[in-house]
Amino acid sequence: MNFQLEIWRQDSRDAPGHFETKHVEDVDPEASFLEMLDTLNEDLVAKGGRTVAFDSDCREGICGTCALTINGMPHGPNQVTTCQTYMRDFEDGSTITVEPFRNNAFPAVRDLAVDRSALDRIIQAGGYVSVTTGPQPDPNSQPVTPEVHQTVMDAAICIGCGACVAACPNGAAMLFTGAKVTHLNNLPQGQPERDERSRNMVLQMDEEGFGGCTNYGECARVCPQDIGIDVIGMLNREYRRSSRTKKKTHPKKMVAQ
Amino acid sequence: MTLDARIPEGPIAGKWRRWLDDHKLVGPRNRPSHRVIVVGTGLAGASAAASLGAQGFKVDSFCFHDSPRRAHSIAAQGGINAAKDFANEGDAVQRLFYDTIKGGDFRSREANVWRLAQVSTNIIDQATAQGVPFNREYGGQLATRSFGGVLVKRTFYTRGQTGQQLLLGAYQALQHQVAEGNVTVHNRHEMLDVVLVDGVARGIIARNLITGAIERHAADCVVIASGGYSNAFYLSTNAMGSNATAAWKATKKGAYFANPCYTQIHPTCIPQSGEYQSKLTLMSESLRNDGRIWVPRDPDEQREPQDIPEEERYYFLEERYPAFGNLAPRDIASRAAKVVCDDGLGVGGTKRGVYLDFRDEIERQGRDAIEGKYLNLFQMYERITGDSPFEKPMMIYPAPHYTMGGLWVDYELQTTVQGLFAIGEANFSDHGANRLGASALMQALADGYFIAPHTVMHYLATQRKKPLDTEHEAFVEAEQGVRSQIDRLMSAQGTKSPQAIHREVGAIMLDKCGMLRTREGLLEAIEQIREIRARFWDEVRVDGSAEEFNPTLEYAGRLADFIELSELMCEDALRREESCGGHFRGEHETEDGEALRHDDEFAVVTAWQYPEDGLDAGAFEPHDEPLVFNEVKLATRSYK
Repeated sequence: MNFQLEIWRQDSRDAPGHFETKHVEDVDPEASFLEMLDTLNEDLVAKGGRTVAFDSDCREGICGTCALTINGMPHGPNQVTTCQTYMRDFEDGSTITVEPFRNNAFPAVRDLAVDRSALDRIIQAGGYVSVTTGPQPDPNSQPVTPEVHQTVMDAAICIGCGACVAACPNGAAMLFTGAKVTHLNNLPQGQPERDERSRNMVLQMDEEGFGGCTNYGECARVCPQDIGIDVIGMLNREYRRSSRTKKKTHPKKMVAQ
Repeated sequence: MTLDARIPEGPIAGKWRRWLDDHKLVGPRNRPSHRVIVVGTGLAGASAAASLGAQGFKVDSFCFHDSPRRAHSIAAQGGINAAKDFANEGDAVQRLFYDTIKGGDFRSREANVWRLAQVSTNIIDQATAQGVPFNREYGGQLATRSFGGVLVKRTFYTRGQTGQQLLLGAYQALQHQVAEGNVTVHNRHEMLDVVLVDGVARGIIARNLITGAIERHAADCVVIASGGYSNAFYLSTNAMGSNATAAWKATKKGAYFANPCYTQIHPTCIPQSGEYQSKLTLMSESLRNDGRIWVPRDPDEQREPQDIPEEERYYFLEERYPAFGNLAPRDIASRAAKVVCDDGLGVGGTKRGVYLDFRDEIERQGRDAIEGKYLNLFQMYERITGDSPFEKPMMIYPAPHYTMGGLWVDYELQTTVQGLFAIGEANFSDHGANRLGASALMQALADGYFIAPHTVMHYLATQRKKPLDTEHEAFVEAEQGVRSQIDRLMSAQGTKSPQAIHREVGAIMLDKCGMLRTREGLLEAIEQIREIRARFWDEVRVDGSAEEFNPTLEYAGRLADFIELSELMCEDALRREESCGGHFRGEHETEDGEALRHDDEFAVVTAWQYPEDGLDAGAFEPHDEPLVFNEVKLATRSYK
């Protein structure tokens, strides 16, 4: 297969960027999108060119590192991670636009790589249960029904790739945050910090410059883990609940970078 | 130098308790004045950094990923073992201990394995308290299953994403400590050397992968948790970035590297489809319960597999191992697949694949039953290959998956360099010559949550540290070394990408130091790898500059280390004149084609020392630590 690629090139965070045209030929339809880029890079090295920088790691859809916007869609056409997108998913001879995930809170690193540490800081604001290492109660002393487990697990499988943010016209991180709140706030272990968690994580979302949800639903449409928009409903409910409690908390705000 | 594992005296069941009772503590008010560096944020690294931070130490945690949550522990699927006996089978520490020792083919340290089995039960409690959603039964109790050929249901799991959920638990604990101000995470930083002051580890040199800045970080001790080295084979189930650089830099600074030849090859992976392929994906081993493995008898077979009649199919596992058939253990199944492909019977584009056929079981049990068991796996296979296993047999081939070898450590997880610790897959660990399913997560978390925090504290309490600033000449020297390697890579005038050279090394390793090793093949491999090492610096080309985000430069540096490590893997495989666990030497097999151990000579851990004057001037030097077995009788397995 042959393709024309329109690839976003940008040397560093503050440098201006532009599209560059590259042609790839004799691509095996069984090659993955990232393997196609690997081959392009190998060729560029051999010919003295400048390789295209992009992030990827596990290449089996679980680590959440890869983050390309392909033809305007975060991760590409199939609602799977970029690494699980194959060249057979594209029409032979077509032109493919390749960009990084786009969001104000995801500054560019180089070319197709971006900095998503804003998502780490949302977790730092409350996406955990404050237990330290040591003797803990027997797990069976706090039973969890399979129904609750199902709800929890459907949210906990978030891979933190940020596609939801990149797809959202408002640049909201509410699917990501909602998934973590749904995971922890539904479990017995998450109860003591339930309100603080919702409040602080939402505060941190704002601090980082993410937008708010207005129900476009684009996030769930691109989520490779198929996390439903209902987690945003849960986040809204939990946030409302937390704003009713009068308890004073020490806001742990991370500095947005 | 004699290798002293410093195992506490007394009966095995009380060793760890006694060690804990005797160990020295740093008072809570003094802890913030101690800095600890932890390299790596997988299960071992994240859990250790979080636990040390919670104790009150100041921790600098390093990862090359954009976020600590990306470490490859995240990809583990199956589960985690713990001797909790929730299934009321009489399971206990003793039984998990024995299974692990036996699974490792009697090549691991008894005292370490016993401790691992002991703390395994705490891990489940710890993870649950963090909010890790282990699967539950209808009554809300934790569910367990049987895994990897053991007779008890001691494996806990969260659907097929156990590694992901356990890692997120450890990652969240880590982020909690970041918020508390105890841990600083340096993401997109790669450790490029360990700094020794008077022979004691006191810091690291790291490269900021975004700006290219070379940074000096001082600490009171350094913990390496950088994972395994399966990527020496180029194609493996490891992530693209998984590398041995941190462990190898430690080796070059005097830490011994133990049992490098112990590598695990997993039989059921999706085969390579072409030269461009960058990694291999694991398919759950459970598929072998209902799939039959075969190849066409005719090497020139052109028909589609479903059109090949029964009598022209060679069910090689069923024929060679009638009792276990398609369920033969991992190493036997892997080796048998390699042998038929070497004979030219392999299938698929690269002729390195065998069929895993569900036709008979679909007929017998019905499509619904098979769907019920394997639908998500079948879908994953179809996503990757474009073929549906309902229509056409799957193709599988073995792939390097896990490495049991690693930095040599004593009972306290300290390497031969004082103040340098190694945990998780990065150490030579408790798995002996082979690892049981669902034990990798257990060992990484045991080290990180429950062992290293105590042994590191003990170390800090027994040292009187002089304050150190990063202007010390040891830092200056180490930084110069790092800079000169980067300069050498940037100025190399070759035409090959690191990936192209890596592919060459990997092909040699997989062929000659993979599932089946022979003296002749290993000698050849060592020659070939030396030849690649000699030309690497002329052949490689790194584009861009060293002062920017430069994945090619990162890759080239890691590859230089993999090339040296590959040579050592072959040396170790050559010296170990026996077959055991994941290490199979063609010269040492029984009449039935089974692994033949030589306990009189090789019941030892071999720890290798890097030559002081470099590989061009010297050779790796082996040191043996004898393994003493008091609790178990050495036995030979048979799967006929």
